[in-house]
Amino acid sequence: MIYVVIIFLGLSILLYVLLGGADFGAGIVEITTQSKMRDRIRATTYKTIGPVWEANHMWLIITIVILFVGFPKVYTMLSIHLHIPLVLMLIGIIGRGTAFVFRHYDAVKDDMQRVYNLIFTYSSFVTPFFLGLIFGAAVSGRVNPTAVDYYQSFIYPWFNFFSVSVGIFTVMICGFLAAVYLVGETEENEVKSLFLKKARLFLVLMVLAGGLVFLAAEVDELGLAHLLLLEPITMGILFLATIALVVLWLQLGKGKRKVSRFLSGFVVTAILLAFGYHYFPNIILTESGENLSVFNSAALGKPIDSLAWALLIGSLLILPSLFYLLFSFQRPKVVD
Amino acid sequence: MDDLLAARSQMALSLGFHIIFACIGMVMPFFMATSHYKYLKTGEIVYKDLTKAWSRGVAIFFVTGAVSGTMLSFELGLLWPKFMLHAGPIFGMPFSLEGTAFFIEAIALGFYLYGWGKFKPWFHWATGVVVGISGLASGILVVAANGWMNSPTGFDFVNGEYLNIDPVKALFNEAWFSQALHMTLAAFAATGFAVAGIHAYLLLKGKNDVFHRKAFLIAISFGAVAAILQPLSGDISAKDIAVRQPAKLAAMEAHFETSKVAPLIIGGIPDEENETVNYAIKIPGALSFFAHGDFEAEVIGLDQFPKENHPPVMVTHFAFQIMVGLGMIMMGLSLLFFFSIWKRKSWQGSRWFLWLFALATPLGFIAVEAGWTVTEVGRQPWIIYEILKTKDALSPIPGIAYTFYLFTAIYLSLSLVVGFLLVRQIRSVPKASENISGISESQSTNS
Repeated sequence: MIYVVIIFLGLSILLYVLLGGADFGAGIVEITTQSKMRDRIRATTYKTIGPVWEANHMWLIITIVILFVGFPKVYTMLSIHLHIPLVLMLIGIIGRGTAFVFRHYDAVKDDMQRVYNLIFTYSSFVTPFFLGLIFGAAVSGRVNPTAVDYYQSFIYPWFNFFSVSVGIFTVMICGFLAAVYLVGETEENEVKSLFLKKARLFLVLMVLAGGLVFLAAEVDELGLAHLLLLEPITMGILFLATIALVVLWLQLGKGKRKVSRFLSGFVVTAILLAFGYHYFPNIILTESGENLSVFNSAALGKPIDSLAWALLIGSLLILPSLFYLLFSFQRPKVVD
Repeated sequence: MDDLLAARSQMALSLGFHIIFACIGMVMPFFMATSHYKYLKTGEIVYKDLTKAWSRGVAIFFVTGAVSGTMLSFELGLLWPKFMLHAGPIFGMPFSLEGTAFFIEAIALGFYLYGWGKFKPWFHWATGVVVGISGLASGILVVAANGWMNSPTGFDFVNGEYLNIDPVKALFNEAWFSQALHMTLAAFAATGFAVAGIHAYLLLKGKNDVFHRKAFLIAISFGAVAAILQPLSGDISAKDIAVRQPAKLAAMEAHFETSKVAPLIIGGIPDEENETVNYAIKIPGALSFFAHGDFEAEVIGLDQFPKENHPPVMVTHFAFQIMVGLGMIMMGLSLLFFFSIWKRKSWQGSRWFLWLFALATPLGFIAVEAGWTVTEVGRQPWIIYEILKTKDALSPIPGIAYTFYLFTAIYLSLSLVVGFLLVRQIRSVPKASENISGISESQSTNS
């Protein structure tokens, strides 16, 4: 049953990055857009993510629940040593979720909209940045459970080049996913070409940020590039992702929205898979080398079994309705 | 401020904030679905306006409840990692099921809010009902998890180790039923009175009579039924706590000495130093009766527990008195409402009647906050009752006071914004419907 839980953990992280990431990306695309165009793209982002953003956010809750029920050592170690970035990410989550709903549901549309927009866009940037930074910190091998001073315990694990570059990479991934997705969501040519430009921009930025992650790994002596070369499977996955990126670049703007979406989703899935495969089964690498893995930190026995059953039963209820939700809002609106 | 106090304050603040939004988010969908049902049945457009107005409220409260709930799922670890390390796998069952319920609620809400004119009317309505039911389920599950902290079961505690874990047994701990029942009724009573109170106030201001009268009737019907049932569930809780957590009951009642024919203490100021209560009204034997159903029964007092394991008596006692007092007022108002339906319809239009309900707007939520204070402060000094002390679960990170200030600022500003949004929401209601209310609209145009 532990494998069921591990698969769901991976799946919930993947879906949060893909679906939640596309959401966050909408805010990131908005920040990078000139103010005169912002109102127009907002209409599209609103229509697109309005019905689904709350459901997308749920994947994070699922991830957290799986961690604290199934892998309590991982959850508590992250909570203690990455306390600060977690708090910052939380602030981003609050700001973004509330501002998004407030700006739409406020009965009066006035200057307050500017405040909501400001909070929405900046927290759309802050949240994935810290999410990525936390991912990076977990595998940067700097968590030190025996450290006694403040800096070593609570700052050093995440305040480093590698973690920050993973944060930046995550932001670019979100921008990329959103821009590619949004291209297919508007009929207005001017807005469409703007999204197209953003899609190309974020594709390039994502590749550069990916390079930055490898550079940072070298600078911080994590040996990532060197280790990846020894793993044919990881290399294979990354190679396929590269091909997909090239194909995506060539066919972007040809109006094939399903193909672009599939390719962008594939690229991001491949990146996560490659890294997941590389680090598996470890989740947190520590200074002493006593890493926490999905096996040695799991609450084995009945807790894992019942968690697995809860996830299986839950997904039978959730997945069909979620797909129906996503599907039905793809159809054109009938009447108000 | 030391770290323990800061962490406890931050937790109290987060829960206190979350609970209001969670209650409203859990109950208002039922109001919305009722109004929607009436619209589908009668075709009166005022019900459609009301449904839409309430659903905007649901959206605002749902998102605020959802993000504050997300915060809590992180804060449990950020503040109490040593608690979560052991408790996570044991009481995780309700959380994993709650995740499912909450997810379904979010999906159903997506269907509902954006589904006007997209789906067949009854399917659309049903998604609204699903929002309510799944919200209710997630509330009950979260309370079951809290019940486990009060009544830890489903494991063996041997030499500081948590062995033979059984999450299903932990889910159905002894406290879950009485707590979940009490909380669910409290949510309905508090939200019903709050929503009805706002509409009563707007009726007094003479705004859009038809709209607010219908809104008032729907909300108060839910609230009044719950408020009348609540004392019964309170009695179940009292009898349960008397057996399971006698120290909490003793603190609630400021009952210092174990005695037979124990008096019920109403009001008064507990003196924890001298273990007496000043200026209180005492009803002989009543506490024995409420706790054990027998005027002669012995009720365990705080003297049976070492001093360091006493819950704070003053806070628990006051909070309990406030909860019960407000509950009684709400029950009285509910009886008055049902009497008016039965005999005196004319009362419902009179100013004094509306003023009573308008003034009662916050009572239910004050009672909810007071009730949670009783549950949580009454459990101290334990985080897992008689297993793990709160101070031993605290995160080692220093400077928690700063995150406490930060979150206080965030919660304060969020509360202000939500209040501000609601005022604007309410102000815009008459504009939305006064021109068209009363005109029927054929349902076929909406399919």
